[in-house]
Amino acid sequence: MSDYRIHGATGEWEVVIGLEVHAQVTSNAKLFSGAATAFGAEPNAQVSLVDAAMPGMLPVPNMECIRQAVRTGLAINAQINKWSRFDRKNYFYADLPQGYQISQLYHPIVGEGEIEIQLDDKDPESTKTIGIERIHVEQDAGKLMHDQHPTMSYVDLNRSGVALMEIVSRPDMRSPAEAGAYLSKLRTILRYVGSCDGNMDQGSMRADVNVSVRRPGEPFGTRTETKNVNSVRFVMAVVEQEAKRQVAVIEDGGTVVQETRLYDPDRNETRSMRSKEDAHDYRYFPDPDLLPLELTDDFVAECKASLPELPDAKRHRYETALGLSAYDAGQLTLEVETYQQFEEMLESVARESGAPERDVAKRVANWILSERPGVLRAAGVAVTDPRNTVAANTALIVAVSKGVISGGKAKEIFQQYLTSDIDLAETIASNQQTTDTGAIEAAVDAILAANADKVEQYKGGKEALFGFFVGQTMKAMQGKGNPQLVNQVLKDKLG
Amino acid sequence: MTDLTDLGVAAIRDGVAKGDFSATEVASAFNAAVAEAQDALNAFIVTTPEKALAAAAAVDADRAAGKPLGKMAGVPIGMKDLFATQDVQTTAASKILEGFKPKYESTVSARLWQAGAGMLGKLNLDQFAMGSSNETSAFGNVISPWRRPNDTAPLAPGGSSGGSSAAVAARIAPAATGTDTGGSIRQPAAFTGISGIKPTYGRCSRWGIVAFASSLDQAGPMARDVRDCAIMLEAMAGFDPKDSTSLDMPVPDWEAALNDDLRGKKVGIPREYRLDGMDPDVAASWEQGIAWLKDAGAEIVEVSLPHTKYALPTYYIIAPAEASSNLARYDGVRYGLRDLPDGAGLQDMYAATRAAGFGAEVKRRILIGTYVLSAGFYDAYYTQAQKVRTLISHDFTNAFTQCDVILAPTAPSAAFALGEKSADPLEMYLNDVFSVPASLAGLPAMSVPGGVDRNGLPLGLQVIGRAFDEQGVLNAGLAIEKRAAFSARPAKWW
Amino acid sequence: MSVDTATVAKIASLARIKVSEAELEAMVPELNGILAWVEQLGEVNVDGIEPMTAVIPNKQRLRDDVVNADPLTGGDIRDKVLANAPAAEHGFFGVPKVIE
Repeated sequence: MSDYRIHGATGEWEVVIGLEVHAQVTSNAKLFSGAATAFGAEPNAQVSLVDAAMPGMLPVPNMECIRQAVRTGLAINAQINKWSRFDRKNYFYADLPQGYQISQLYHPIVGEGEIEIQLDDKDPESTKTIGIERIHVEQDAGKLMHDQHPTMSYVDLNRSGVALMEIVSRPDMRSPAEAGAYLSKLRTILRYVGSCDGNMDQGSMRADVNVSVRRPGEPFGTRTETKNVNSVRFVMAVVEQEAKRQVAVIEDGGTVVQETRLYDPDRNETRSMRSKEDAHDYRYFPDPDLLPLELTDDFVAECKASLPELPDAKRHRYETALGLSAYDAGQLTLEVETYQQFEEMLESVARESGAPERDVAKRVANWILSERPGVLRAAGVAVTDPRNTVAANTALIVAVSKGVISGGKAKEIFQQYLTSDIDLAETIASNQQTTDTGAIEAAVDAILAANADKVEQYKGGKEALFGFFVGQTMKAMQGKGNPQLVNQVLKDKLG
Repeated sequence: MTDLTDLGVAAIRDGVAKGDFSATEVASAFNAAVAEAQDALNAFIVTTPEKALAAAAAVDADRAAGKPLGKMAGVPIGMKDLFATQDVQTTAASKILEGFKPKYESTVSARLWQAGAGMLGKLNLDQFAMGSSNETSAFGNVISPWRRPNDTAPLAPGGSSGGSSAAVAARIAPAATGTDTGGSIRQPAAFTGISGIKPTYGRCSRWGIVAFASSLDQAGPMARDVRDCAIMLEAMAGFDPKDSTSLDMPVPDWEAALNDDLRGKKVGIPREYRLDGMDPDVAASWEQGIAWLKDAGAEIVEVSLPHTKYALPTYYIIAPAEASSNLARYDGVRYGLRDLPDGAGLQDMYAATRAAGFGAEVKRRILIGTYVLSAGFYDAYYTQAQKVRTLISHDFTNAFTQCDVILAPTAPSAAFALGEKSADPLEMYLNDVFSVPASLAGLPAMSVPGGVDRNGLPLGLQVIGRAFDEQGVLNAGLAIEKRAAFSARPAKWW
Repeated sequence: MSVDTATVAKIASLARIKVSEAELEAMVPELNGILAWVEQLGEVNVDGIEPMTAVIPNKQRLRDDVVNADPLTGGDIRDKVLANAPAAEHGFFGVPKVIE
């Protein structure tokens, strides 16, 4: 249970949050026409006669959009409705050529499901299940531009008719953190499934945030809906600001009005969209141009078979089968790119070093999560850099795990490799650390002889100097001394 | 040489194929007839003589080259102005689409051109196909070629395909396309003494036809006889992947299977169609039709369609509801009329454009449709109507367990005079009483001439068949046609 | 259920059709006549009856996800899309300025 509270003048308030997330379905063509969906085309280039609602034009659904919605539903353990139907939502706006949006009100394609969120990524117990009410498929609208002409707005219909999934949660969230975690998790799932690219800055995911406040334990209050919020951070800000605003309204003796609001990130506040409030009556009715959508068992089974391992299952497997910590497993499974690299590298390292995956998993995880990011940063290189290959990473990890070079040396070499044209295998070989006990003893003897005063201090109880001797020895050996052997010899010599 | 404008589809097709005359001669003859009649009948909104000639020239060239000719080769036809025709103005008889020249061709018209037909012009109709008399067109009434004896009062050609019926009856087109939402092919055919068939819902693609009521709209041919209808329907019908409601079924060779021998067939007479106060001439024509079908070998059985009286109110909820949404796209943004008063905002522009662009009947239906779909009324009106529609459809299913086709009048009277019913919308709606039930059930239905009334005006007999059984409908129509030997035609006064 | 002038005005506004006072006055009795007539449907017993969904038994087909597979329903036809526009500029449709 969340203990997030708004501390009002008259006491504590609980916030209740539900999210309606519009996710653009990944498909080549639009939901009801063959026009392309790619982002960033010339205005009205990706518009068919159907999208422009020319007289007599008719919709025919794109199978891929239906498939992606079903796969998404399966990924959140939702009920798949084998009989669903499209309805028309009627209203007039310049970005809506038909004068109605084809959506699914009465019989959505996906029914109830759930998503588990984790509030503290270091605490595997901090989970909460958020209910999903439904997912339905609908058309996106076009876009209006207001700043191109003094007296006109310009209409671009490229987005008109692109397929969206509207994913409606139950009002199960109780804090900005929960809302943020839910949206992040949903995004992760959609990206795993491949049903939405999750690019929030391109508008591929937008959330309508429903917020109300109440005294803890009392019935729900009146909610407001803040439209088109396009980042996790903004969703959290909307919840916080809107809850505070509502508490202030109520405590001032007013009542919260059920209305549509807009978030202004520059001023970090929500404001009423009164311009859109003129007596909405959408007159939903089944679209007579379309027939009921009936899914076969085979179709659903194929959708199910096509699903990848999902985030929760993957994290669990990383912990149990690979022996990773909950934190590492969580971090590795957050983004598709991360787990893909991890799994590729894990497979490659295990193969190259002839060890079971479980034995090298921790080393690969550490490399990806903590060691490599620093090197990439220092080298000023992106993770997508062409030199950052699985083969190169594998060679370094294997060299460390076989004791050929030290972990520190590996990072050093990797940075050189990323920023200059060195031959990786040669560099590793030439930096091979020595396990020649004689050479190490000679080096240690020289260091101890040159630092007789410090040896005295050490023997007098200043044990922290041990690290100094290690460092000096390694330096003298140009980093090639095997660290375990250096330690051992030093300990022996210092008695 | 015979007057080429006296010929129908089959005769023109066969004559062109045999070389009795050229397609160009046919097109020229009809172009001339169209031009001569246009001022008097106002059957066309635009004429396209050059299109008719170009299509004819192509057919003549194909024939000369020995290429195979299409089903409609050399036949110039009228195209109801509800079908989008590329680069030719398409208006649905509304000011809101005046000047609109589509950059696409409707599937049905494209199929007809593919089959070798040519276009004489775009035919007038009731605005957005809403009407039963052709008085709601923004481009003027169509005048029926028929007149009462010793009376020059203009008569209605029926509606909404009134330009089509008038043109075929006046012999200025051998055939024309129609569309039927609640009777818009059958009633005008009946009013003008021609034949017309509305096929099973989904036979003809709706792609590129300006929508009125999507779940009811269906295209079909209007021609002088049953054979011509069969030929033209073959050219129009067929699966279209662009229309979700299109039937993915092969198109039968209806013409080849025409047969007026009805032995072994049962014809149902629906008891509920015998209305109190029925026009005695209509009742007599119906009785005559029964006798003809008996003569053709059919067994007559009485059937019951118990929800018949609810068909019209059901239709007048569903059709306006769908229309109110289908016509929302006429907003002055992407095509057609834009009325932008000084200082008007977007929503003001919509309201002004739609007020200026839509006619009174269209507005009336949009308002009814908007009302029945609005919050709080949806279930009481729309959902209830769709349930009653299910019952009406069940009625037919039950009746067709006892019979193969149903025979009924097409309309409750012969053609009325223009202005006679236009004052009271409800009275006009009642004209569809016999045609609407088959529309609600999506069934094939045809009107063929079934004699004349006391004024010498044509009356239509309607044959309704099972879903997909256009052949049964055409055959029964043919049996009536052969026995009726309908030969009345309007005297040329234009 | 019958409608009054205010209701008809509201419906006309929802339908974005500007109507004058005189038109409103004329429409009220007309619409009431039609509505009273269609309300006879209320007397039909529809217990256990499903609303019609498809007039002829037919299944919704689904398209393959291919861009511009059929040029008639594909994109890259901006000139055709804009050809009939009352106001088209720089590849956009123009409408009176919208203040959001």
